[in-house]
Amino acid sequence: MNLRQRNERRLAWLLCAPAVTVLIGVIVYPILYAVWLSLFRYDLRFPEQRVFVGLDNYVSILTSEVWWQALGNTLILTIGSVSIELLLGFILALIMHHTLFWRRAVRAAMLIPYAMITVVAAMAWKFAFDPTTGFIDALLDREQAWLTQRGSAFLVIILTEVWKTTPFMALLLMAGLTLVPHELIQAARVDGANAWQRFIKIVVPTMKPVILVAVLFRTLDAFRIFDTVFILTRGAQNTETVSMVGYNTLLVSLNLGLGSAVSVLIFVGVLIISIVFIKGFGTPTGRRGEIDS
Amino acid sequence: MKLLTKVRLILVLAIIGGMLSSGCSRQKGEAIPLLNWYVFNEPSGAFSMAARQCSEASQGAYQVELIPLPADTDQQREQLVRRLAAGDTAIDIIGMDVIWTAEFAQAKWILPWTGHVAEQAKAGRLAAPLQSATYQNQLWGAPFTTNAQLLWYRTDRINTAPETWDEMIHLAETLGKTGIIQAQGERYEGLTVFFISLLASAGGSVLDESGTRISLAQEPTLFALSVMARLANSVAADRNLATAREDQTRLAFESGNASFMVNYTFVWPSAQENTPEIAEHIGWARWPAVIEGKPSRFAIGGINLAVSAYSLHPELAFQAAACIASVRHQQRAAELGGLPPTIAALYDDPKVREIFPFADVLHSTLRDAVLRPQTPLYNDVSLAISRILHPMRAIDPQRDVVRLRDAITRALNSEGLL
Repeated sequence: MNLRQRNERRLAWLLCAPAVTVLIGVIVYPILYAVWLSLFRYDLRFPEQRVFVGLDNYVSILTSEVWWQALGNTLILTIGSVSIELLLGFILALIMHHTLFWRRAVRAAMLIPYAMITVVAAMAWKFAFDPTTGFIDALLDREQAWLTQRGSAFLVIILTEVWKTTPFMALLLMAGLTLVPHELIQAARVDGANAWQRFIKIVVPTMKPVILVAVLFRTLDAFRIFDTVFILTRGAQNTETVSMVGYNTLLVSLNLGLGSAVSVLIFVGVLIISIVFIKGFGTPTGRRGEIDS
Repeated sequence: MKLLTKVRLILVLAIIGGMLSSGCSRQKGEAIPLLNWYVFNEPSGAFSMAARQCSEASQGAYQVELIPLPADTDQQREQLVRRLAAGDTAIDIIGMDVIWTAEFAQAKWILPWTGHVAEQAKAGRLAAPLQSATYQNQLWGAPFTTNAQLLWYRTDRINTAPETWDEMIHLAETLGKTGIIQAQGERYEGLTVFFISLLASAGGSVLDESGTRISLAQEPTLFALSVMARLANSVAADRNLATAREDQTRLAFESGNASFMVNYTFVWPSAQENTPEIAEHIGWARWPAVIEGKPSRFAIGGINLAVSAYSLHPELAFQAAACIASVRHQQRAAELGGLPPTIAALYDDPKVREIFPFADVLHSTLRDAVLRPQTPLYNDVSLAISRILHPMRAIDPQRDVVRLRDAITRALNSEGLL
C-alpha cells in the first residue's frame, strides 16, 4: 500500500465516521444494551433487586409454552400472509407493468393501502368484521363473531396484513419486471413459447434476485408483526405473536430482564431468517457480483 | 383627580394581570394547586361531580382535575405504571384497582396514609375493602367503591335459588333449552376472579398467609377445578363460555335464554332499562357455594384512592382523596353510577337501598368477601391462572392442579414468561 492509498483510506474512514458514529449510537449500542439487560433479573418496579442471572432468562423463555405458542402463531401469520402477498403482488405487478392507459393513476391507486397507517387499517378491518357494526356479515349473510375464534381470527389478521402490504410487494416486483430484457421475451415468442412458459422460464428466473429480496423484506416485517394483532385481538384467542410477548413482558410487566431476552430472541429469529435467505437461497445483499451471478 | 384615575387604572390592570396569571400558570405562589386524579372513565358523571364539589369545599386550597383512563383495568394499569415507573409528577391521585395495592406500594409509587387523613379513610369501612387498601400493615389508599358478584336467576322458572354450584348445574340441566348458566370464561382477569372465588368458597387460597409463598391446598383446589370443568362441559353452559366477559353474559341473560347468571350489580339497572319484562322476573341470591352449608366467598373488586409518591402536593392530595371517598360522595357514586359503597352504614341508607334492592345480600357477600392475592407480583400470578385454566372445558382437575402450581410458582419467582 503506498502513501496515497493509505491517505485515501484514511480519508474514507474520516468521511464515514459521522455516519458510523450515529449508527453505533442508535443501533449497535441499544442491541448490546438489550443483550446485557437480558442477563439480569431486573424488574423496573423493584430496581434495587437487580441480580445477574446469566442465561436464566433464556432458559425460562425457551422452556415456556407461551413462547413456543407465540412463535408458532407468528410463523403461521408470516407464512400465510407472505405467500398470499407474493401471489397477489405478482398479479398486481403484471397489471401495473402492462397497463397502457393511466399508468400513473393505476399505480397510485394500488399504493393507497400501503400509505395508510397500520393501526388505522387494522381498525377499519376490525369494524368491517364486527358482527353488529360490520358489513362483512351482512355481505356474506351470516352471523359470525370473526375475532372470537382462533381460526377465523387468524384469517382476518392475515387478510388485513395482505391488504395492507401487498402493494409494497407489487411495487418491488414491478421494478423487477422492468429488468426483464424485452428481446428475450420477443425471442421466446418467436420460438413458440406461450405466455405461461414465457413467465415461468424467462420472467421468473430473471427476476429471482428481486423476488427473493421482496420476500425477505416482507418475511422480516411479518415476523415482527405487532400492531395489526394488537388492534384486532390483543392476542386473545391464542393469536399472540412473539412481538406481543415482548411487549407484555417489557411494558406491561415492566420486566426488563426477561423482556430484553425476548427481544434478543426475536432478533435471533430475524437473523436466522436473513441467513436462510441469503446463504440458502442466494438472495443478493446489494453487492454487484452477487446480483450478476 | 388625575392622580386618582391613574391609580385606579393601575389597580384595574393589576387585577386583570392577576386573573390572567392565575389562569395559566401554576408556578405563581397565589395560584390554586391543581391535583390530577387519574381514574377510569365513569360514565354517569359521579366522579367529576365529586371532583368539582371537593374542589369547591376546599375554598381554593386545591382544584381536582379528572383525567379519565380506559374502562379496561389492564389498560388503566398499563398507562399508570408506565408513567409511575418514569416518575411522572403530573399524577396526584390514583383511582387504584384493589389488585394493584401491593405492587404500587412495594414499588414505592404511592404514599402511605397516616394520621388524621388515615382515620378519615378508615372510618366506617367494610373489612374486606379496607383490607384491600392495606399492605404490610400500612394503609395505602382510601377505600372508595367496591363490587361483588351475586347470583341472578329467573323467578318465573325457578322457585328458590340454588345454594351450591352442583345444585345449580343440576337444576339448569333439567330445565331444557332455557337452562343456561351465564358465567365469565374468557381468558382474562374475570376468569381469575372466578377461580379464586371458587377456591375461597372451598376453603382454599392461592397464597399462604405470608403472601409470598404458594398455598393451593390439594383438596379445595380440586373442588374448585371440578366445578369449573363440570360447568363448562355441561349442557347448561353457554356455547360462548370461552369468550364470555361480564357484558356478553349480561346481554345473553337479557335475551331471555338463560335462567342463571353470576355477575356484578350493574346488570340490575341495565335489565330494568333494556328489558323491563325480564327485569320483573329477576331474583338475586348469594353467589353459589362450592361445599354445601359453607357460604360462598367472593373475591371483591372496586377502587381505592391512592396518592402518588411523585405528586408535587401530597398533603393536599390526601385531603382531596379523603373528601372524594367520603360518605357523601360514596352515596352519590352509588346513586348515579351504581357503584357499591365501601362504608358499611350506607347499606342501610334509604336512598342506597332504593338503588340496590339487593343491598342485604350484597352487604352479607361483602362481609364474607375475600381478596385476590395481595402480592406485588399479582399481575403475573393472575395471568398464570387465566392462561392455565382457559378454556374451562379442557380442565382436568388432577393434572391442572400441578400445572397451576407450577405456573404460579414461576410467576412468584418473576421467571416465567407472564
